[in-house]
Amino acid sequence: MSTSSLVKGSVIKSEDLKVQFVEEIVKAGGEKIRLCFQCGTCTGSCPSGRRTAFKTRQLIGKSLLGLRDEVLSDKNLWTCTSCYTCMERCPRGIDVTNLIFIIRNIAARSGFMLDKHKVALGYLIKTGHLVPITENYSKLRGELGLEAVPPTTHKHSEALKEFQQLISSLQFDKLAEQENKK
Amino acid sequence: MSDYALFLGCVIPNRYPGIEAAMKKIAPSLGIALYEMEGASCCPAPGVTKSFDSQTWLTLAARNLCIAEALGKNVLTMCNGCYASLKEANVILKNDPKKREAVNRVLAEVGKSFRGSIDVKHVIEVLYNEVGLEKVKSVAKKPLKLKAAVHYGCHILKPSELREWKSYERPTFLDELITALGLQSVDYQDKLMCCGAGGGVRSGIPEVGLDMTREKLTHITHTAADVIVNCCPLCHLQFDRGQVEIEQNQGEKFKVPVLHYLQLLGISAGLSLDQVGAKAHNISLETLASKI
Repeated sequence: MSTSSLVKGSVIKSEDLKVQFVEEIVKAGGEKIRLCFQCGTCTGSCPSGRRTAFKTRQLIGKSLLGLRDEVLSDKNLWTCTSCYTCMERCPRGIDVTNLIFIIRNIAARSGFMLDKHKVALGYLIKTGHLVPITENYSKLRGELGLEAVPPTTHKHSEALKEFQQLISSLQFDKLAEQENKK
Repeated sequence: MSDYALFLGCVIPNRYPGIEAAMKKIAPSLGIALYEMEGASCCPAPGVTKSFDSQTWLTLAARNLCIAEALGKNVLTMCNGCYASLKEANVILKNDPKKREAVNRVLAEVGKSFRGSIDVKHVIEVLYNEVGLEKVKSVAKKPLKLKAAVHYGCHILKPSELREWKSYERPTFLDELITALGLQSVDYQDKLMCCGAGGGVRSGIPEVGLDMTREKLTHITHTAADVIVNCCPLCHLQFDRGQVEIEQNQGEKFKVPVLHYLQLLGISAGLSLDQVGAKAHNISLETLASKI
């Protein structure tokens, strides 16, 4: 999906553009996106862009243009490690990394989350931890003079229930369970 | 004594508990009293939570902050990711009444409320700015004659508007902290580059993250460093376990031991490699044994 209409030489038709996409981003707190003048400092600073087809400048450009589906379905959107270098260096003071988080939130709601991320969220929802304890590590904790079960949601079942109630109120569990778009 | 609520997170207590053990053993000699945050959860991780729903991220972070508020102590983290989530959430909730209200409406269901009464600190920040290099030096019993490749990790430095370091492009605080223990900090290409694990990349598209790790390891190996020193358990895991994964995937062997700064400080204060959790390491710390 990432080799887009922009490089195929085909015509981008106005009816394919969802110009309200930028409004969606602005509404979620990304108002500075409009300041972008496409200099490419972000792309030049990006460690993911050095080794993948992820191009931050292009992501912003396509979003401004309204290529919503193309932006949201591009797997490269998930290669940003949130190192914040683009955001620090942007000459227009745009909070680029925050924009990427906003666009990812819209992608997740629109059914474009990665399957592996859903698996990770399963651990979080079930245990309160993205990386839960195992028997071996519990044993090692004991050997080191620490409580075998750490004093987190792992030890306190009522705390885990509280955590899970918040997740359910925010319908975060539904987001993690929803079917992906093909 | 300065009091802190110790935030454990996930990777430290559940994968590298030696970091937690070192922290707890050396805290008294640094003048730090630690209090457990009973019932705390994942921070939650910025990459694999904030990426999907920022409201959930903010609310779950607020719940953790409430636990520290109930203790009446500032939060101490040993992880760049926990620091990023909790510090940023704390600033947002303190300064944005609308967002605070929305979060508190949900927190009310579990009898909690964010008040904005505490701050969030990274242990490295506390060691450098509050404890001070001289006191850190005084804790060290034996100078460690090792060549170290320092890896800061992104989120202790950035976003810089929420950090108090002099420079995010050329920081020196972690280098100064290891030099205080007798180590030599070696310079290497792309020293400040990301380890590759953050932003949900390790869990979502691991091959991309590992390619970054491999590039950093290549540069580090050129310096003949004895050890990689970090201050973030996710970077730590990415370098330690990542070396095994890179070998499995590409056959490239690096074998550079990896230590969190707290483990290094523990060793220099007289703890054994086992006491700082050597068993949990994928890349053996044995090569260090003869040098320390």
